[in-house]
Amino acid sequence: MDLDYDQISKEAQEALDAVLGREEPLKPRDRMAIPAQPMPAQPSGVRVGNMDEVALGYTEAQARVEAMRCLQCKNAPCIDGCPVRIDIPAFVIACADGDFQKAIDIIKANSLLPAICGRVCPQEVQCQIDCTVGRALKDVEKSVSIGRLERYVADLERAQGKAHAPAVKAETGKKVAVIGSGPASITVAADVRREGHAVTVFEAFHKPGGVMMYGIPEFRLPKDIVQGEIDTLREMGVEIQTNFVVGRTRRLQDLLEKDGYDAVFVGTGAGLPKFMSIPGENLVGVYSANEYLTRVNLMRAFDKENADTPVLPSRRTAVLGGGNVAMDAARCAVRMGAAEVHLVYRRTEKEMPARIEEIAHAKEEGVIFHTLENGISFRGGDDGRVHTMECLRYELGEPDDSGRRRPVPIKGSEFLMDVDCVIVAIGNDSNPLIKQTTPAIETNRWGNILVDDTGKTTMDAVYAGGDIVLGAATVILAMGEGRRAAASINALLG
Amino acid sequence: MNTILAREQLSESVFKIRVEAPHIASERKPGQFVIVQLDTDFGERIPLTIADANADEGWIMLIFQAVGKTTHLLAEMEIGDTIANLLGPLGQPTHIEKLGRVVCVGGGIGVAPLHPIAKGMKEAGNEVITIIGARSQDLIILEDEMKAIADAFICCTDDGSYGRKALVTEPLKELCEADPKPDLVVAIGPPIMMKFCAETTRPYEVPTVVSLNTIMIDGTGMCGGCRVTVGGETKFVCVDGPEFDGHAVDFDNMMQRLGAYKVQEDHDHEKCHLEIAAQKVEA
Ligand SMILES: Cc1cc2nc3c(=O)[nH]c(=O)nc-3n(C[C@H](O)[C@H](O)[C@H](O)COP(=O)(O)OP(=O)(O)OC[C@H]3O[C@@H](n4cnc5c(N)ncnc54)[C@H](O)[C@@H]3O)c2cc1C
Ligand code: FES
Repeated sequence: MDLDYDQISKEAQEALDAVLGREEPLKPRDRMAIPAQPMPAQPSGVRVGNMDEVALGYTEAQARVEAMRCLQCKNAPCIDGCPVRIDIPAFVIACADGDFQKAIDIIKANSLLPAICGRVCPQEVQCQIDCTVGRALKDVEKSVSIGRLERYVADLERAQGKAHAPAVKAETGKKVAVIGSGPASITVAADVRREGHAVTVFEAFHKPGGVMMYGIPEFRLPKDIVQGEIDTLREMGVEIQTNFVVGRTRRLQDLLEKDGYDAVFVGTGAGLPKFMSIPGENLVGVYSANEYLTRVNLMRAFDKENADTPVLPSRRTAVLGGGNVAMDAARCAVRMGAAEVHLVYRRTEKEMPARIEEIAHAKEEGVIFHTLENGISFRGGDDGRVHTMECLRYELGEPDDSGRRRPVPIKGSEFLMDVDCVIVAIGNDSNPLIKQTTPAIETNRWGNILVDDTGKTTMDAVYAGGDIVLGAATVILAMGEGRRAAASINALLG
Repeated sequence: MNTILAREQLSESVFKIRVEAPHIASERKPGQFVIVQLDTDFGERIPLTIADANADEGWIMLIFQAVGKTTHLLAEMEIGDTIANLLGPLGQPTHIEKLGRVVCVGGGIGVAPLHPIAKGMKEAGNEVITIIGARSQDLIILEDEMKAIADAFICCTDDGSYGRKALVTEPLKELCEADPKPDLVVAIGPPIMMKFCAETTRPYEVPTVVSLNTIMIDGTGMCGGCRVTVGGETKFVCVDGPEFDGHAVDFDNMMQRLGAYKVQEDHDHEKCHLEIAAQKVEA
């Protein structure tokens, strides 16, 4: 449902004035009665025609009113839900008081990337899942919107030009190499540089930022925010070498043995697209989500006039998968002009790993959901372009290892779907390049690098974190891992 | 970094440039390639094989035909200009060993990546026979260099303007029928040529290696855009290749994938021609 921006901000202002005009302080019951503030958003009919950010951010009045809903619980279940343990009640009460600078300072004591995490963290399964307000109202969507508040204060600081690069201690003469430039690597680079060690970031792509740059679309995470974090690193004196693929341009051992680096951090992510090994998978028009998203975002296919790297024009696109990546791909396909976008998932909506907000946005934008179905083969014409997807229907059986109920195919339920583009978004494995070229680094059977509880790999002076350790995970977990590894590297270098 | 140090036009549409790239020069091995991108925001990323390199002097050599937007712009660049983004060396190096008689078949621009391989095969002690072919005489490149390596050298043109009037598959077939038959054939050139070279050698069961030049984006195994079907399995050309068993490659699928964006590419290419022409008029 599209909400009117002016209406939202007017109501928030009235609610704020009402609270500020009170003689009595707010009691918990009053706080619970304050309406949860909705996120203003571009109307769905408009946003499908552009790449701009969908969620517009709270107004000041909304931020204060939303913050006033917080009960300041002594046991603070929200902190337990936060992977980097931000002092959430403290920053939220600062928001309620209108002291936004204090709020952002509190967040920054634990999180390096609040403008990003405020946008892409799955708060509904982290800090907001056990929020007392949400529990009392029996709806996690009615929990205090901690993420939106985080985003508000981070954006405000940036808009006011007050976001300064952290101070850097005197040069120590030590050198650290950071491989990859996603959130794990950005965190390590900043935390290690702060201590005065020289840091070089090596990134294979022509632009740094990792998945935040090439995968997550502009309409969910504007690229200038990611670029801002990269600029901050540069301001701190971190050197960033793009077009440098460790393992090929230079081997990891050589960085340590020949180039004089004292420690290395590996943050190379989970960049290997999984395919399903089914007939017709290599037809023209069948993409991995990685390829599709990279074409649209990093290579800017959405800017049809200027970009050299297009995606194929499509009438009916099918996206296979039910995670964030699938939603992003489906929503990009809508914006790239497909008349119909079908999202096909083997289980039900309840099992979808995607964020609730993303599912809702995708539906608003006209993505058609097919649950308990999956593609089993693709057929193409003489030109090699896919024109049909053969599908099968499923029902849910017993729970599997992941605790989700296993999809069981229904015999004889095959049917055909007319498609001219398919995006396979069924997950990513770890990028094997570092492992292949660095025998001393051990991995588990999924190719994830093994680390101890300090973030150290099986090779001396080499640390790792983020998706290359966890498997495809989240930005905040990558950041948390980066913090841990950086602390260990700083301890190692003394 | 990535400064163009030397530039030479080999034929009407084929160019040779030497680019400063010390890291790539010291790590690269025959058969590997680089990814080139000229505009960091909007430019396409294209793979080009490293034709030669000098680790001591820190440069690599690229030979390319101006066929698309990036290669056209690259052809227009001058000594002292820099290539915005150059990534490599990528892909698996050629497997070079002493086998006996090796036939190296190069078509058109494919002679450029073939040259370091032929050289490597010769140095490993093989008898090297080279066949190079092109549509017409003015598209023949590296003839002297290939002659210098080869124990026997055959040149063909489609129109008979130079050497034998034949497709490269003709002499290849003769060599397969000769005694001893080749121990290995390495064929690099347009996909259709590689396909027919593989078809030619198949009945004789002569192992045939081809080097695939697919559409790529990252070049590091991240997108799968470069994938091909080899022996019924999906392979990524950028990390598993670029060289594969020619008898196992599904060339038809590969060529369809290669042509997928033809309409859009032609549009960009056309636009690029107009822009270059306009700049020349202004200058
Ligand atoms: C489409 C999509 C949507 C997502 N949405 C969300 C979301 O809403 N919320 C959320 O929290 N998470 C989301 N994620 C997951 C999140 O983006 C990742 O968990 C996170 O980015 C992992 O960070 P990282 O630092 O480990 O590595 P990455 O961000 O993966 O970065 C790794 C970088 O290393 C580079 N690299 C790899 N190998 C080498 C090498 N050998 N040498 C040099 N460089 C190398 C890569 O090019 C890449 O830039 C999403 C992921 C995708 C793909
Ligand atoms: S070019 Fe992306 S995987 Fe090969």
